[in-house]
Amino acid sequence: MTVTKEASAVEDAYVPSERRLARERHKRVRARRATAVAALSTLVTGAVLFLVVVNSPGWERTKETFFSAHYARVALPQVLDGLWLNVRLLVVCGACVLVLGMLLALARTLRGPVFFPLRALATAYTDFFRGLPLIICLLLVIFGVPALRLQGVTTDPVLLGGAALVLTYSAYVAEVFRAGIESVHPSQRAAARSLGLSNRQTLRHVVIPQAVRRVVPPLLNDLVSLQKDTGLVSIGGAVDAVYAAQIIASKDFNYTPYVVAGLVFVALTIPMTRFTDWVTARMDRRRAQGGLV
Amino acid sequence: MPLARRVARLAVCSAVVLVTASACAPEPEKKASGNATTAASCAPGELATVASGKLTVGTDKPAYAPWFEDNDPANGKGFESAVAYAVAKQLGYDKGQVVWQTVPFNSSFAPGAKKFDFDINQVSISDQRKKAVAFSSGYYEVRQAVVALKTSKAAKAKSVADLKDVKLGAQVGTTSLDFVNDLVKPTQKPSVYQKNDFAKSALKNGQVDAIVVDLPTAFYITGAEVTDAEVVGQFENTTGTPERFGLVLDKESALTSCVSGAVDKLRDNGTLASLEKKWLSEAVDAPVLK
Repeated sequence: MTVTKEASAVEDAYVPSERRLARERHKRVRARRATAVAALSTLVTGAVLFLVVVNSPGWERTKETFFSAHYARVALPQVLDGLWLNVRLLVVCGACVLVLGMLLALARTLRGPVFFPLRALATAYTDFFRGLPLIICLLLVIFGVPALRLQGVTTDPVLLGGAALVLTYSAYVAEVFRAGIESVHPSQRAAARSLGLSNRQTLRHVVIPQAVRRVVPPLLNDLVSLQKDTGLVSIGGAVDAVYAAQIIASKDFNYTPYVVAGLVFVALTIPMTRFTDWVTARMDRRRAQGGLV
Repeated sequence: MPLARRVARLAVCSAVVLVTASACAPEPEKKASGNATTAASCAPGELATVASGKLTVGTDKPAYAPWFEDNDPANGKGFESAVAYAVAKQLGYDKGQVVWQTVPFNSSFAPGAKKFDFDINQVSISDQRKKAVAFSSGYYEVRQAVVALKTSKAAKAKSVADLKDVKLGAQVGTTSLDFVNDLVKPTQKPSVYQKNDFAKSALKNGQVDAIVVDLPTAFYITGAEVTDAEVVGQFENTTGTPERFGLVLDKESALTSCVSGAVDKLRDNGTLASLEKKWLSEAVDAPVLK
């Protein structure tokens, strides 16, 4: 009896068929083979590229000029020293840009005839500073403002340069925010108003939270862009990471410091990009609560 | 069988890549071959130049006075323009055969093919730089000088030590900046400018107290551009070997010895001295800052 019971239990348990086992074995083999081929192919491509670069007639000089260990060591401390200026500018200007950009976007979305001058001013501002090349804006502010000889106005190129960055970037960011605000469906506003919320409350609790969430990826894009443009302040004589590299490069005619500065910026951008991805993913999860359909 | 086929395909692919790549890789130029290396290569008008029959000379834009006049190197006016034409004549090229190229300072020392035969752009000769480019022998011995607004405290400086607490500025890639960093060692970080134009604006605005430039430029600035500034003084040469401007050539250039020979000849026969007197005569007596 027991034997039959056991036998039947075994029979009940799922046993993959021979055919299925064979199929899975085949799939495993194929997958392994695909990986091997991909690895080999990558290896060959890498080797070919390496050989082409290394065997190029100018490689020795290129190596010496762009990848000199000596100059990399010389440059790194000075580049990092300069990077501190970039980071400070990024944090301070980034915060100012977000606030000013939001205010401009709100000014542009205000309704009511009484606000017309404000709307017009905000529009003119974004049009002008979005069109004006950043480098010209920097030159005008850094060298133009002190030339006015106003009492109590700073002549510090870093502060002036930071102001110029804020002027230009807040125009970009204002447009991003405005796009976000306008992308919120009118029914949301209507629903909020019908619940008894005032216009201001609607904006504060319904429209802006949705708008901001939608524009986080482009905002972070602008932030990365700002990070690289902080270096342009060096036009006024301040020494940032790239400029520190240029000073060494043009003294001894070796480009390695530029490579070092470039890598430092990339190293700074990668965590920011990952952070962007993480923020976006988190927001997507929140928005799609209850699962994607 | 599919594996074999795939390996075969891979082999073909990589072979194609290799062939294309080696076809792309340029052959080392055979510039140095033939009679170009022999002493006879300095024969007038027959150098292995970038454009045959022409002598291509590079300089940055804008080209500053007193080294050039009216931002036009081709007019033969200004010290460096005159030197370039004198060297060209020495090499057997007349005025019509000299072609000017705009070469930004920062790319004049890039490796790879150059678009100039030589570059003349107030480039100081140094051992470090000789690793990247070739220099002719020096055509001008240069002193560095301090320019300050007449009203600033820097204007009263009598010695290098007096400049320690002054906010100084200089152009990037110049020995002026080296003097600031290595000799003066100021307590405040010096401001470094892309162009002397920006340094001048900063000086006018009071964003720096003084700027360091080479002596002829200093006199030009105080004489024509920032007239409420004055030349405070010049630096003594500290290293023993005087600082000289040289013509920049490609490191592998076959012309280097010919161009150097031409510069030497111009120095020996007094041409350089007379050109210096003609274009840079103001830069003679400025007090020395010890």
